[in-house]
Amino acid sequence: MKQLTVFIENRIGRLEQVTEILSQNGINIVCLSLSDTGEYGMLRMIVSQPAQAVEVLGDAGFSAMLTDVTAIKLVHHFGMLNKLSKLLSDNGIDIKYMYALNSGADAAVVIKTSDDAKSEQLLLEAGQFSVLSASEVYNM
Amino acid sequence: MIWAKEETLSREEIERIQTERLVKLVHYVYDNVEPYRKKMDDAGIKPDDIKTLDDLKRLPFTTKQDFRDNYPFGLFAVDKSKLARIHASSGTTGKPTVVGYTKKDLETWAECVARLAVAGGAQADDVCQICFGYGMFTGALGLHKGLERVGACIIPSSTGNTEKQIMYMKDYGSTLLVATPSYALRIGEVATQLGLNPRTDLGLRTALVGSELMTEPMREEMKKLYGDKLCVTQNYGMSELMGPGISGECTELCGMHINEDHFICEIIDPETGEVLPAGEKGELVVTCLTKEALPLIRYRTRDITKIFYEPCKCGRTTARMDILDGRTDDMLKIRGVNVFPSQIEEVLLRTEEIGPHYEIIVDRKDHSDILTIKVELAPDKMTDDVAELEKIKAKLKSSLRTMLGLDAKIVLESPHTLKRFEGKAKRVTDNRKGLT
Ligand SMILES: [Zn+2]
Repeated sequence: MKQLTVFIENRIGRLEQVTEILSQNGINIVCLSLSDTGEYGMLRMIVSQPAQAVEVLGDAGFSAMLTDVTAIKLVHHFGMLNKLSKLLSDNGIDIKYMYALNSGADAAVVIKTSDDAKSEQLLLEAGQFSVLSASEVYNM
Repeated sequence: MIWAKEETLSREEIERIQTERLVKLVHYVYDNVEPYRKKMDDAGIKPDDIKTLDDLKRLPFTTKQDFRDNYPFGLFAVDKSKLARIHASSGTTGKPTVVGYTKKDLETWAECVARLAVAGGAQADDVCQICFGYGMFTGALGLHKGLERVGACIIPSSTGNTEKQIMYMKDYGSTLLVATPSYALRIGEVATQLGLNPRTDLGLRTALVGSELMTEPMREEMKKLYGDKLCVTQNYGMSELMGPGISGECTELCGMHINEDHFICEIIDPETGEVLPAGEKGELVVTCLTKEALPLIRYRTRDITKIFYEPCKCGRTTARMDILDGRTDDMLKIRGVNVFPSQIEEVLLRTEEIGPHYEIIVDRKDHSDILTIKVELAPDKMTDDVAELEKIKAKLKSSLRTMLGLDAKIVLESPHTLKRFEGKAKRVTDNRKGLT
């Protein structure tokens, strides 16, 4: 699954410009996370048409790129997130970032790890997690 | 190829010509230029006192202030009726610096530029696109007339409208580009954005850059854009002295050959005014030996360089000056340390994760100077990994500390967001001005 990442200099109004450009082009934001280093921000989003989003933002002078991420659905159960983190770290996988994905009744997260393929496999084997398909997420 | 026999004379022969011309020059200015007569009288020097090259150091300096004080024509040695052309520098504050040429001066100028252009790789069959601003600025017409003399074809495309520049370059088959190094980079960058490959779609062989300092990494950057075979040489000049035509690199790229039969170059300590020995770095001072309209004695250029006399592999025997190391007035004093923007640029251009454009900002907070450098990530190095970006910043910071002995704050910007310049780049903002 592709995540849209936009590098944002900390200038007033940059975030607003991004959301405006996306909405003008009929691109829906499924979920987003903004991490901020104090000097610049990294806006990470799951959107309905990621490739088109890169193009329109690029045309507007933004540095936008696509990153491979995984969307994981968890059973709504106490301590599931902790279980997920532990499973990965026990197997020597680093979680680079994670943010919540609103998927109705179940809990879901978007994660980026040091080894996406391996973490997907580990989570599936554990039985309590499922991987959401890209088209499923883009159309949420 | 070597254009003129004056470029291969023996040291004795060069000095004989310089001495003869210097002696004549001193009489010429004393007789024809009131401010010079006054300066020499004040210093108690008679024209007859100047007999050898060594006597030159006894003469007072000429500075930019002399141009201001004698605006517009007070330093001219000929009557206005003898002038064939007038140029002026842009002068961002106050009156511009006015320079004039007689018909013979224009001939000398074209000759000086022709020599340097040929040394720098120009050939008679070149199609030369001149992307310097035409108008009052000496750069464009200087190169224009010099390259015409070489026998090349000129496209006087001037500055601006980069897309059109690229169209000329492609459709008319430009083989030689005259531009500031930053504009040469800009053209390549825009060409790439337009989907062209400057290496294969443009036929440039040579870039004669000038009017702005070019560092080695900038030259590398240009070769990366246009292909390794591109010959990039830079030449040096200044409106007051003549325009382009003072010195220029040969294709051996080991310093800029000086047109010594027309210019005597000295290096002085900018603080004391004392002449420094060959090989030592200091302020360049130039005496124009042959100009009729605007002869200059010991003009302080404020450019920092050094001069050396070893013969060059190219066969020329003329003295060479080093690539400029900044200007005495560009020098920033930051927390008591002398910093030249060129040093910062060198570090930035050596760092492959960032692009060639940058801005330098100096602020003062709580009585301490803060150096901020804004850089752009190279488009292919953009990543969504914050740790990776922080690593790039740390690496830059540490290279800058090694080069300057100072800590700088690094601000990363997206590719293509910093200001682009088509003429002289203004990359330094010193917000301390007026503060104490
Ligand atoms: Zn040489």
